[in-house]
Amino acid sequence: MDDPTSMTDSPITTVAPGWAIVALGILGALAVTAAVLDGALAARARGGPGGKMGGPVRPFGEAARLMRQRRRTTVEADRLLWRIGGAGLLVTAALMVTVVPLGEWTIFDLDVGVMWFNAMDVMVWALVWLTGWGANSAHSLVGGYRFLAHGLGYELPLMFALVAPAIAAETLNVGAVAAAQEGLWFAVWMPVAFLVYLLGVAAFSVWGPFAPAIGTDVSGGARAELSGVDRLVFEAGRYALLAAGAAFAVPMFLGGGAGPLLPGWAWVLVKTVALLAVLVWLRRRLPAFRPDKFMEVGWMLLLPAVLLQDLVVAVIAVWRS
Amino acid sequence: MLTDIAFWGIGLVAVLGGAAVFYVDSMARATYALALSFVAVGMQVLFLQQNYVGVVTILMMVMEMAIMAVYMVMFMGMNPALMPMSMVHSNKTAIAVALTTFLALATGVLMVDWPTRRGSPPPDVTMALGESLMGPKMLVMAVISPVMVATIVAGVVLAAHRTRYDRFGDDLKQRPADDPQPGGVGR
Repeated sequence: MDDPTSMTDSPITTVAPGWAIVALGILGALAVTAAVLDGALAARARGGPGGKMGGPVRPFGEAARLMRQRRRTTVEADRLLWRIGGAGLLVTAALMVTVVPLGEWTIFDLDVGVMWFNAMDVMVWALVWLTGWGANSAHSLVGGYRFLAHGLGYELPLMFALVAPAIAAETLNVGAVAAAQEGLWFAVWMPVAFLVYLLGVAAFSVWGPFAPAIGTDVSGGARAELSGVDRLVFEAGRYALLAAGAAFAVPMFLGGGAGPLLPGWAWVLVKTVALLAVLVWLRRRLPAFRPDKFMEVGWMLLLPAVLLQDLVVAVIAVWRS
Repeated sequence: MLTDIAFWGIGLVAVLGGAAVFYVDSMARATYALALSFVAVGMQVLFLQQNYVGVVTILMMVMEMAIMAVYMVMFMGMNPALMPMSMVHSNKTAIAVALTTFLALATGVLMVDWPTRRGSPPPDVTMALGESLMGPKMLVMAVISPVMVATIVAGVVLAAHRTRYDRFGDDLKQRPADDPQPGGVGR
């Protein structure tokens, strides 16, 4: 039994595990950036600064409020599963970014990094449903089921969207996928996969069009009974997932650390923040996907489109070799 | 040393998670205890250098358990499994079968001479595993896959009580289709 993180010949340096703290810090900073931007956009949508704690400072005000709030309890709650679900999102996002190279450094240079990311995003299925289930509350449970209904629609297109860069780069190692985009980013010549991937990121962050699982029409859905610190951790987890999804898109579709003047790590951060800003902005630009209807959209439109994309990519990959 | 401890620790989690499936009193807990057990198994497979197989095990099993929890809550038990319920039945038979199986297997373990390792592991164990599992039988597998999919589709078609005549009318001309649950693309 050797070290499980067997290396392939990737262009990436693995850093000492202690650097995971720094990676967590960056993820946290990205999540806060997303929340600040969302607060600013919310204030603009309402046409004003939105009170003393509105606008860009809203996330800090919310955090302070939630940390002082008393925990709401429900009768016969399955507390264990409930807490696992609520806290798990943040953990999952942290596990996602372990395989994302920051320029030339990575924490976990796994040879099947793309699959690792995919496995982590599937975790969200379990976690959101557990959050909905644990509270022993009807609205909360409806929210959990809504998320699974969305999941059945978005997950397969997302998986096949991740297949496209892997085929083109002929590897599942994230660093090697980034290195394979010398000259031409995958986002440019596989746009369908890129767009479906972004939709998937919004979906596993319960964001924008995929927010009905936590919608106001079911009094907050999966998070209906979450209060205080639990709610803060759940919300932080959503922003962190959004940030992790944006960060993972950079080596997969946007050429990793490639770019002029700036060093690789800076380009990764710049691209991540840009993509994150687009995702946050899209929240108010897209209509909600109804959970009962989205599955057909996923299977009749997105899945064939992304399969065609994979076919095109595979033909080009074979032709080039 | 540390990897050995981690490997055995994760193995313990896998076994205890599997046992918890029958010990807990809620369908949700039973399902996710099984998921935990599978995740631990997937991590053990990672320790065996089968990175792809390990990560895929985690991916598929978490996804499957998320869906299975829905079905378990829907179909298991007299109540729709929203209340506490026992996860075991036919206790006496089950205990007899379990004990017999355990004794037979344990006897086997103790009686058989354990083989010594021949050769050494190949550089890419995942590749080697795939070759030895599928290598000469790839054609058979490639033929079986579409047959299996066709069987699933045929089974669903036969089981569904609504036909295309219910959806599109007697002359199959009614658009959009008359579905109890309208889809998202307006077919």
